[in-house]
Amino acid sequence: MTNSWETIIGLEVHAQLNTGSKIFCGCATRFGDEPNSNTCPVCLGLPGALPVLNWRAVELGARAALALGLNINHRSIFSRKNYFYPDLPKGYQISQYDQPFSANGVLEIMTADRDEAGHAHDWHPMTVNVTRLHLEEDAGKNVHEGLPEVDRYSYIDLNRAGTPLAEIVTEPDFRSSWQAYDYVNHVRRALLWVGASEADMEKGNLRCEANVSVRRVGDPTLGTKVELKNLNSVRFMQRAIEFEVERHIRTLESGGRLVQETLLWDEKLAETRPMRSKEEAHDYRYFPEPDLPPLIVPDEFIEQTRAAMPELPGPRARRFSESYGLSFADASQLTAERSLADYYESAVEASGNARATANWIRSELSRELENAGLTAAKSPVPATELGALVRMIDEGKISGKQGKDVLVEMFRSGKSAGAVVEERGLVQVSDTGEIDRVIDLVIAASPNQLEQYRAGKETLFGFFVGQVMKASKGKANPKVVNERLREKLKS
Amino acid sequence: MKSISNLRDGIVRGETTARAATESALNAAEKLNDSLNAFLEIDRAGALNRAAQVDAQSEKTDLPLAGVPFAIKDNICVRGMQTSCGSRILGPYHPPYNATVIDRLIAAGSVIIGKTNCDEFAMGSSNENSAFGPVKNPWDLSRVPGGSSGGSAAAVAAGIVPVALGSDTGGSVRQPAALCGVIGLKPTYGRVSRYGLVAFGSSLDQIGVLAGEVSDAAAVLQVIAGRDSSDATTADVPVPDYSAELNEDVKGLRIGVSRVLLGKGVHPEVRAAIEKSIEAYRDLGAEIVDVDLPHAKYAIAVYYIIATAEASSNLARFDGVRYGFRAKDAPALKEMYRKTRDEGFGPEVKRRIMLGTYVLSHGYYDAYYLKAQQVRTLLRQDFTRAFEKCDAVLTPTTPTPAFLFGEKVDDPLAMYLNDIYTVTANLAGVPGISVPCGLSSDGLPIGLQLLGPYWSEARLLRLAHAYQTARPLNARPRVFA
Ligand SMILES: [Zn+2]
Repeated sequence: MTNSWETIIGLEVHAQLNTGSKIFCGCATRFGDEPNSNTCPVCLGLPGALPVLNWRAVELGARAALALGLNINHRSIFSRKNYFYPDLPKGYQISQYDQPFSANGVLEIMTADRDEAGHAHDWHPMTVNVTRLHLEEDAGKNVHEGLPEVDRYSYIDLNRAGTPLAEIVTEPDFRSSWQAYDYVNHVRRALLWVGASEADMEKGNLRCEANVSVRRVGDPTLGTKVELKNLNSVRFMQRAIEFEVERHIRTLESGGRLVQETLLWDEKLAETRPMRSKEEAHDYRYFPEPDLPPLIVPDEFIEQTRAAMPELPGPRARRFSESYGLSFADASQLTAERSLADYYESAVEASGNARATANWIRSELSRELENAGLTAAKSPVPATELGALVRMIDEGKISGKQGKDVLVEMFRSGKSAGAVVEERGLVQVSDTGEIDRVIDLVIAASPNQLEQYRAGKETLFGFFVGQVMKASKGKANPKVVNERLREKLKS
Repeated sequence: MKSISNLRDGIVRGETTARAATESALNAAEKLNDSLNAFLEIDRAGALNRAAQVDAQSEKTDLPLAGVPFAIKDNICVRGMQTSCGSRILGPYHPPYNATVIDRLIAAGSVIIGKTNCDEFAMGSSNENSAFGPVKNPWDLSRVPGGSSGGSAAAVAAGIVPVALGSDTGGSVRQPAALCGVIGLKPTYGRVSRYGLVAFGSSLDQIGVLAGEVSDAAAVLQVIAGRDSSDATTADVPVPDYSAELNEDVKGLRIGVSRVLLGKGVHPEVRAAIEKSIEAYRDLGAEIVDVDLPHAKYAIAVYYIIATAEASSNLARFDGVRYGFRAKDAPALKEMYRKTRDEGFGPEVKRRIMLGTYVLSHGYYDAYYLKAQQVRTLLRQDFTRAFEKCDAVLTPTTPTPAFLFGEKVDDPLAMYLNDIYTVTANLAGVPGISVPCGLSSDGLPIGLQLLGPYWSEARLLRLAHAYQTARPLNARPRVFA
C-alpha cells in the first residue's frame, strides 16, 4: 500500500560558523555564559548601532561552501528579513535573500538502503540540488524557565544573537527519511572536516528543518507540506520524518485533509505537535541591507581559502585506496572523521606499512576506542606509537599475537610500544645464529623423532617447532624458526 | 558671535577659558530655551565638568576644537545624556555609548552643552512633529525653524552655540539652516560615520554641520570626517584639509543652474534672491552654465518610497521589549507591541512606517521599492552628467522662507514639497551646503544651496565662503544671545 505513495523531502540546515566572535560585532560566541554577558550595542540592537561584517564568517562560509563542492558568488548582498519577535533585537534579521553567498549548487552524497533494523546496505551515490547557501545572523533566545515569575514574564538572553550561521537549503530532492539522514550526516562531516562548524546537533550549533509531503506516485503536483522543527539529532530528524510520512498517508487514505503547518518533534512521546504562535503566514518584506555594502569575494580569496583547507574526505579516501592500496571499505572508514584520517596517516608514516596499519586501526584500535568511548583524536595511544607497534611486528621483533596484548596495555597505560615490549620481556629473537643453536640442542635431544621425520613422518615438523619455541621461551621468531628448522632437518 | 577659530585660539593661548565659553553658552541656552524650545536637555553639570577637563589640559595646541561649545541633535548618541529622537517611544533612554562623531568631537576638545529638539525620528520639515513641542524660529517666533534639525539650527542662529550637529536624510540640515539663516552642510554619503546616529533612512542619512560661519563648518567637518571601522558605509577616501582652499577665489569655477528648478512653485522672493546670488557669483568670477537634471521631478516620490521603506525597518526595534517606553496593561506580547507602538509614535512617524511597510510588502515591492531604486540610479546619472559641465549646481534650498506654525500641518504632501530641492542630494549621495543669501520682505532668511560631486566638500566650502565673505547676512534674528 505504502509503495503507491511517494515521499518528498526538502531540508534546511543551519550551521553555526565556528568564528569565535559574532558576525556583525566583536562579541564572543561562547555557549553557556551568563545571560546577556556577550553583548554590545550592535548585537543588542541599540538605537544608532551599525553592523560590520566579520570577515572570519566569510572565510568559514567559504570553507563550508567549498567543502560541499558549491560555488561562491563573486558578489552577494545582505538583506533584512523583517519580523517582530522578542529574541530578535532589531526587529529584522540580517540575512541574504535574492543574491546569496552561493546558489544552485549540486552535491553528490552516498546513501544506502536500510533494512528493518535500520542497518545500511547497498551504498550508492545520489545527487542533491542545493538551492542556496547563505550567511546570516542567529537570533537570541527566549527563556521561560528557572527565573522569577516565569508565569508572568518571559526573559531574553541575547548571547546567541548575532552568531554567524550558514543556511543550506536543498531542493525537495529526498525520497526517504534515510536519504535525508545520509545527507545531513554528509553535511555535518564536511563542515566539521574543514573546521567551519562544530556541527553538533545536540548543542544546537547544527539545526535542521525538514519540509515533508507525500503524493501518489506519478502525480505531478506536490501534496500539502509540513515543516518539521526541534530535530535535535540526525536520528530524531529521520524518525520525525518517518512519523509524518506515515501520518500523511494514513490521513489521506482515510479521506482526511492535511494542514500546512509547522510541527515540533517531541522525542519523548515520539510524535509531532503543532507549534503555537507562528501559525500566520509571514511577509518578511526582504530588502537589501543598506548598512552593509555588497559582499565581494575576490577569486584570490577563494583560492587562498581552498589552498588552506585540509584535503576533503572524498579525495582523501580516493588517495588512500590508490596510494596505500586500501579497499574502498577501508578507505571510507578511515575517512569518516578527519582526526581518524590524520591518525592513520601519521601511523603509516611511523610504521611504513599502510595496509597493516589500516588493519590494526580498523580492528584492534577501533575496538579499544569504542569501548572507551573515544575518538582517534583522543586516543591514549598516539599515532606514532601505533605505527611503532606495527613496525615491530613487521620486523619480527614481536609476533602479531603479542602485538594485540601490547596494544591493550599501551591503551591502558599510555606507555610506548617499546616500553611495554621491554617490560614484558617480549622481544622476539630473530637472530639465526642463536636460533640455530637452540635447534641443534632440540634435534640432539630428540633422536627418535628425527629418525621418524627423516623416514617421512612430516607431521613431526610441528613437534620440532613446538620444542624450539618452548626452549626459547616463546621469544624465537616463528618465521625464522620455520625456515631454519626445515633446513636443519633436511641434512 | 565669535568664530570658533577665534574662540579656540583664545582658549589655547589662555586668554579665555573653556569654562567661560561653556558658561556663556549654557546661560544663553537656559535663558532662550523658554522662547525657542531648541533644547530637550541642557547638561550644565556635565558640560562644566568637561570644560574643566579641557582647561586642565596643559597642552591644548593639538585640540582643534578646544573649549568649543556644541549642541547635538537628539538623535545622535552621547553617553551621559538622553537620546529621545523627539519621540515618546524612547523616553527616557540613555545610550551606553558615544556616536563616533561624538568621540571625535570630544577628542578634539569640544564641550557638548545639550541635546537639541527635532522632528520625531528626523521626520519632518517644520519641527511640528516633535513629541516635545516645536522649536521656534529665532527670526520670528510664530514661524517654523524648519526641520528636522530645527533645534540645532535655531541654537546656532540665536547665537547660543557657534556650531551644532544635525542629521540630513532629505534636507534636515540644509532646510532648517536656510530657514534660520545659518550655514548647513550635508557631506557626501559615507564621508561621516553614522555609528550612533539613530537611523531613519540608512542609505540617505548623513550627519551634517550647522554653523554661523563657513570656516567653522569646515573646521568641524575636518574633525568628524573619515573612515570609521564601526560604519561599513564610510568610505576609505582621504580627508583633505578643508580650510586650505577656503580663501581661494572662485574665479573660473563653473556653477550650474537649472532653469526648470527655478520655475513654478518657487516663492517670488526666493527666486529673486537666487537670481541675485547667481549674479553675485558671476561678479566673483564664476562661470554660470545651464544644467539639466531631468529626473529631479521624480525625486520627492522616490525619496518618500525609499526613506519610508528603510524607516519602517529601522524603527522596528522600538517595540517596548528592551528599552524605552512600554505600554501598560498589555499582558500578551502582540498586544504589548501594538499598544507600545500606537502610544509611543506620533502620527507622522506612523504614517511613514505604514507607507514603508506597504511599499516593501509582497506584490508591491517591484512596483514601488524596486522602481524607486531604478529612478534613483537615473538621478545619480543626472548628477554625473551635470558635473561634467560644472563644479557645483546652485538651487534654492527651500521653495519658500519660513512658514507659519500650522500652515502645512494638515497637508502632508505640501509639507513634503519643502524638500524638493534637498532630497536629490541624499538620493544621489552627493554633498550639499546651504548658505544664507538674503532676507525676504518680512525679514526672513533665504538660503541658496550648492550641490557638488562626491567628496567635493572642500570646493563647496570654498564657494560658500566666497559668497558669505562677499555678501554677509548683516542682520540678526529677533531672539539672540
Ligand atoms: Zn555584540
